[in-house]
Amino acid sequence: MTSGCFVARVAFGVDARVEKPNDVTGPVSSSEPGQSESAAVSSGGPVAAPVSEADEPAEAAAGGAVSPPDQCDEELVLRPLRSGDIYASFQFRTQWDTDFLHHGKKVSHYRLFPKSLGQVLSKFSVRELHISFTQGYWRTMQWGQPFIPSPPGAELWVWFHNTVEDVDGNWKELVNVLSGIFCASLNFIDSTNTVQPSASFKPLGLGNVTDHRFLRYATLPREIVCTENLTPWKKLLPCGSKAGLAVLLKSEKLFHSSFHSQAVHIRPVCKDWQCTSTAWELRQTLNVVFDIYTSGQGKKEWSLFKMFSRTLTEACPLASSSKVYVDVTDNPEGELFDLSPVTPLLSTAVVLGDRRTYSVYDLTKKETFGQLRSLNLVLRWKGESGDMLRPLLHAERYVAGFGLQTGEIHTLIYNNHPYRAFPVLLLDSVPWYLRLYIHTLTVTSKTRENKPSYIHYQPSKDRLRPHLLEMLVQLPPHSVTEVTVQFERALLKWTEYTPDPNHGFYVGSSVISALVPSVVAMDTNSTQERPLFSSFFPTKEESSYFVRVYTEPLLVNLPTPDFSMPYNVICLTCTVVAVGYGSFYNLLTRTFQVEEPSQSLAKRLANVIRRIRGVPLL
Amino acid sequence: MGLLSDPNRRKALTTLLTRLNTPICVVCYLAGIAWFMGLAFEPFTLRTYMSENAMGSTMVEERFPAGERALATGREFAGHKRKAGGMPVDWLVKTMQDRGLEVFTQSFSRTLPFPDENKERYMVRGINVYGILRAPRAPRTEALVLSAPCSPDNSNNQAVGLLLGLAQYFRNQIYWAKDIIFLVNEHDLIGMQAWLEGYHHTNISGMDYTPLQGRAGSIQAALSLELSSDVITSLDLILEGLNGQLPNLDLANLFHAFCQKIGVMCTIQGKLQRSDWDTAEGYTHAVQTMMLMVLKQASGRPWGDHGLFLRYHIEAATVRGVNSFRQYKTDTTTVGRLLEGMFRKLNNLLERLHQSYFFYLMPSLSRFVSIGYYMPAFGLLATILLLRVSLHCLNPDMYKSWMLQFKVICCSPLRFISGEGTEQGWRVLKLVALLYLAVLLGCTALINFSLGFILAITLVPVAACVTPHLPKAVSALAMVLLSPGCTILYCVFIFQELQEAPVSLSEGWMLFLSVISQGILDHSLFGSLVYPLLALLVYPCWLLLWNILFWK
Repeated sequence: MTSGCFVARVAFGVDARVEKPNDVTGPVSSSEPGQSESAAVSSGGPVAAPVSEADEPAEAAAGGAVSPPDQCDEELVLRPLRSGDIYASFQFRTQWDTDFLHHGKKVSHYRLFPKSLGQVLSKFSVRELHISFTQGYWRTMQWGQPFIPSPPGAELWVWFHNTVEDVDGNWKELVNVLSGIFCASLNFIDSTNTVQPSASFKPLGLGNVTDHRFLRYATLPREIVCTENLTPWKKLLPCGSKAGLAVLLKSEKLFHSSFHSQAVHIRPVCKDWQCTSTAWELRQTLNVVFDIYTSGQGKKEWSLFKMFSRTLTEACPLASSSKVYVDVTDNPEGELFDLSPVTPLLSTAVVLGDRRTYSVYDLTKKETFGQLRSLNLVLRWKGESGDMLRPLLHAERYVAGFGLQTGEIHTLIYNNHPYRAFPVLLLDSVPWYLRLYIHTLTVTSKTRENKPSYIHYQPSKDRLRPHLLEMLVQLPPHSVTEVTVQFERALLKWTEYTPDPNHGFYVGSSVISALVPSVVAMDTNSTQERPLFSSFFPTKEESSYFVRVYTEPLLVNLPTPDFSMPYNVICLTCTVVAVGYGSFYNLLTRTFQVEEPSQSLAKRLANVIRRIRGVPLL
Repeated sequence: MGLLSDPNRRKALTTLLTRLNTPICVVCYLAGIAWFMGLAFEPFTLRTYMSENAMGSTMVEERFPAGERALATGREFAGHKRKAGGMPVDWLVKTMQDRGLEVFTQSFSRTLPFPDENKERYMVRGINVYGILRAPRAPRTEALVLSAPCSPDNSNNQAVGLLLGLAQYFRNQIYWAKDIIFLVNEHDLIGMQAWLEGYHHTNISGMDYTPLQGRAGSIQAALSLELSSDVITSLDLILEGLNGQLPNLDLANLFHAFCQKIGVMCTIQGKLQRSDWDTAEGYTHAVQTMMLMVLKQASGRPWGDHGLFLRYHIEAATVRGVNSFRQYKTDTTTVGRLLEGMFRKLNNLLERLHQSYFFYLMPSLSRFVSIGYYMPAFGLLATILLLRVSLHCLNPDMYKSWMLQFKVICCSPLRFISGEGTEQGWRVLKLVALLYLAVLLGCTALINFSLGFILAITLVPVAACVTPHLPKAVSALAMVLLSPGCTILYCVFIFQELQEAPVSLSEGWMLFLSVISQGILDHSLFGSLVYPLLALLVYPCWLLLWNILFWK
């Protein structure tokens, strides 16, 4: 039975959603024609066209209300993981109904959209901005796919508007401004770690600009994420951390976890169904995985209070929707865990190629909070924790070899699909001080060479730009594809070493982007309404879904001089110069004469007299 | 430089070197030996100190409570091991998974070049089991390793039990910044070699192994644990690795610091430290400890499972529990606390261990001799070779015809066979032998001081004295007694003597044979360099000297 392996996988592309009374006796079926409305999903549109932007406006229009100029939504998804851990994913979406990009006008009126970001967008002509700060590595084998993947450290990618002339200049200023906004070391992004991927990062919002001259991508794998990054991130929320779901974001709990990732995504989206006008969408996401061993205190029980040391009492008053979803797919009979309070609302969605069922708690409704006026979801595990997952696509990377001269980077990409092959785009950005021997690049699957159908390689320039390697590789079904390339470690100048040179140097994660074939049968009964977390990446066709997988970053040791040595070297050199050079100089400048035998007494006396007289000696 | 420009003084020096050559050589030799013996005298050595700030300034608390449970796990492991007749892979995998680790296995097989009689194995086939504790919010770039060998006999079960107990305890802590790999390796060093080669995706020794599925970035430090009894009297630290490589001294310091903090008796080379350094017994004890270290280092073989890590620039040591007949016993909880403390401090490391010394000798756990102090002992011995070279160079005969000399060098083996030769011929041959030996010993001592020094003690007198004019029978006997082979034999006897397990002549001979076969095995299995060094480089040099003795 293959489905056992794929059950816990969740994806973005929500295709259907049905709300119906909680029926715990029977398996939840999603496609009841009586209740679902079919909707024309914009699957035939351009790749970049978002599929779900029109939900809320359409709904608002249907209700006859005048849609407010800006709106925001908040959402929390809780997913109990097989390992006993729990995954909490917050998403906050703010829409800003303005369109300065096309008209070039100055916008100075801000309502819900944070002014600091709005100004950045207009000043630097940013079309799309994606920034993520992550502490930890997403364990695909244990946790399945995340809703929004991100690499360890900081990642920033920006599409500039195609009217920008000096893209590099704008980029440089932008990273410095963002560095200030997010209290992060983004100012360490410079030309040596910025690349322009040709295919891996396409715009996710409106517009069909695919000229990668306007794209900049950079990662800082070394960036440490902590409370000082969380505070400015929370300040961008319409309600701050005062009300709504954001009250749960207390740093002492968020950082007592196995994984923490926060991100900001800004992109232009359609405002209405016909896409007559556009709006800016700001999506703030925060993903946390709580570990049952370190935070569970021995008991297999989760609650909002235990996770966040807060309970929910209200929705954000500014939010038009505020919901909590709990993934109950693996628990149709309640045999895996108990969830309380029980909600009558269930929703089904195809997320990451897999049909999931969610219990929905609508915070805008009073009855959600019950008599205690607070919502504390409690989840008690009953079953045993499961085995490791076999996600359809995952990857790992490591450095092979030993010694400080050469090495080899191995990237292993696993396709666990039993019968379908699919292509993946691999992006590798390697710093210049690892000199890649590109002629040693090999791609092998099932012990046979697997020739990439597309290779984009940009060699590095010392101290100027990194290596960029992009490949389109076809992964055969049920296989491991190994990409290896050898490198030589460069000797840095002594000022180029970091203050802790013996720690090693980081190489950012490789990025694998793929359309993974979905295991769920095509769902014809798509409805318009869908949760936010499901609609981030556009799906081209419903039989496959978009996944981005990040490998672990690498820590590579470079040949490091002994930095206490300069003192010794100076001492030694000075001594050698003084003794050696001095005596050689002496030797070279001295004139040698044959010594005469001793003179007679008379002659010596005569010479003394002559010297006194000043006449030449005899 | 006045020497160069002043013919008189130059002449005086030449005369001095030529006339007093032999006395100077004797003095150098004696001084070298004396210097070396003096290294163990406490006032001449340095006290160890923690160089790495990340491990020194921060204190950690040790709270490991579950020693008894670990022993129970160890007994359970022993039961399953007996049932499975080897590594109980399924049980280990399940136990590690229950403790919240990511568990992977690696199977390997290796056929030895010839049967290993010490361990009675020829076709080796085994499985390594390892579990990775993923540190929270860490990006899988750094790791620490705790390993315990799964021995075929009934030993080391407690080590595996403690390893699993520590895994369970560590898993519940939030403070880890590096992933921790818990490895149970089968067939001790062979399994370790397979695992390390798999981890680094290399194949140096022609081993067959399945590739590893899970990794955790670059390994920063490793500890190997050997524990065969429920209570112990002392913990022994083993540092000597492959080819005489040693881990950073800070690792030994760390162990010593925690032993003192927790109050566990700790030894090195199985010898407790004595406080009476000013008595003859105290000094002898220190000399014995240091000599043991020198002999172990010179052997070039890994003396514990940690020994193979060093090649990959991973600082590693083996901690071995010893249960002797002393009154004072330490329980497993305390050993667990000690390991917990060491791991927490290693976890605090921001950089690889690099601050302290990599080249040192230890007369006791709290004292060390750094490279700057022990190198002169070798230097004095090497000077003898250079003095003899100068003697031959300054000999006026030598200036005559370089062409002739080249011819002699090229044909010297032929000459030996045909039995003809000149006075000048053997001088050139000796000059070559001396220079060759000086370079060879110098290089060896740089890599492995102990080996270089031991070879120098026996080979330098031979090289310095040998001429064709010596009485043949006596000098031939002396040369045989000072040959590299006999040096190994002496080392075997001295080693047994120092370990307080003296052997009879026949036992010693058997040991000698097994040491030789072990050396060859170590070379083919792990790439130990001592065997090829002796066979291909040192022994030919000795043959050259033999050639000179029988020059006609």
